[in-house]
Amino acid sequence: MNQVAEECIALIAKQKSIPPEQIRLDSTFDELAVDSLDRVSLAFDIEEKFEIEIPEQKLGQIKTVNDMVIGIEEAVRQKTAAPKPNK
Amino acid sequence: MTRVVITGAGCITPIGQDVASFSENLFAGRTGIREMQNRPADLHFSRTATVEDFQQQEWLTASQRQIAERSSSFAIAAARQAVQQSALVAAYPADSIAIIFGCSTGGRTTEDQESEKLYTRGGRIHPLTVPRVMASAGTSLVSMEHSITGPAFTITTACASGTHAIGLAFQMVRSGAVNAALTGAHEAPLTYMFLKAWDSIHVVSPTACRPFAGDRDGMTLAEGAAIFAIESLASAQSRGAEILAEIVGFGMSSDAHHITQPNPAGPAAAMQRALDDANASPSEVGYINAHGTGTEANDRVEAEAIHRVFGERARTLAISSTKGLHGHAMGASGAMELLATVMAFRRNLLPANAGFAETGSQVDPTLKLDHILLQNEPASPSLALSSSFAFGGLNAVLAVRPFAA
Repeated sequence: MNQVAEECIALIAKQKSIPPEQIRLDSTFDELAVDSLDRVSLAFDIEEKFEIEIPEQKLGQIKTVNDMVIGIEEAVRQKTAAPKPNK
Repeated sequence: MTRVVITGAGCITPIGQDVASFSENLFAGRTGIREMQNRPADLHFSRTATVEDFQQQEWLTASQRQIAERSSSFAIAAARQAVQQSALVAAYPADSIAIIFGCSTGGRTTEDQESEKLYTRGGRIHPLTVPRVMASAGTSLVSMEHSITGPAFTITTACASGTHAIGLAFQMVRSGAVNAALTGAHEAPLTYMFLKAWDSIHVVSPTACRPFAGDRDGMTLAEGAAIFAIESLASAQSRGAEILAEIVGFGMSSDAHHITQPNPAGPAAAMQRALDDANASPSEVGYINAHGTGTEANDRVEAEAIHRVFGERARTLAISSTKGLHGHAMGASGAMELLATVMAFRRNLLPANAGFAETGSQVDPTLKLDHILLQNEPASPSLALSSSFAFGGLNAVLAVRPFAA
């Protein structure tokens, strides 16, 4: 499991007060009882941690832990690829 | 008419985080007013009354901790104490219990933190900011913890919020609208912004809060919560609940006068209406737990109001403000003061009007109140008033009696 996945599981475990061992990559948000408020809170924590922005539309498509990991990795790639501002 | 009694109480205050500690410190005269840690250098005052070492981890579940900021956390902790003492929730259908709390300042600890971040550094606001900041969050979180589904709402009338809340809960139980209620108030407003805002009004004491003193120089800002479980006397007796005191009257009024300056007509009307509601005459009152903030204006106007209601008896009536110990916790003060009054009945001892010792102060002779309690005084009054008079002239007074089986 890569670092992003481990970070995601740690954040979900904290948010839902469940042991991280109970969270798998293919766990769905429904199974983990991640509701809409949890979802936006998690997104906020992730965006702060990885200094990224997950597009609103993308957020709605995330249904599993793995979707979340992929979403973060995509956003990180886009950030890295983005042109640096001229100084 | 249905009689309404208090069968449980809980508190998180600067002088105790349970009723036994509150009572012990109240009657020992141990103040919760202290020098501020990390005091901002630009304030004209240096003391507040804070809840020291509040163990949020111990009181709140992990999921409650995510939502509840400091004010709501106090509500949860105090309400749980009242529920445990009264066993109220198990005794009644969930939809026949009301929750009516006072809270005038909402979730300031969160609001100020997020505002500071936004206005100085820009960026995003935490998505839980709205539920954390809303003043009614305490009511919601307590209803969720205890699965109470009856009428539940939060009242905001500045420094009278708690007394208004308790009065309304009393009326609802008395009328039969509900069987029982959790009621009281909670506040945690002591952010830098809040301290500065009060500082700019020049009503906060730069020394020691000493209500009714001739040289009084202001209030001391505080935080905390006190919550009560109330129900009808008949059902409390039938289920064998311990009865702490009886609420017998509630009076309200508005000064319709000024947004900060009090006017004696409003407080006098609220006291008179509380007595009328209790079918009692002023001569029956043996103790007033006064609003007594320690500001020049409040104490002068409150004294005048007491004279209007009690006439010559005002001079000899036992009166104290307990704000010299627990400070002025805004909307939560009235609830703490009702608790102090209930404890006075239980101990047959009236609590002193603290705060005079440090400055060697004397009672203001111009107030013509000759029985401000400078020490605890043994007494068993059959009727007491607990008064709260808010900025903006919103007044609320409770009339309470000790319970004699």
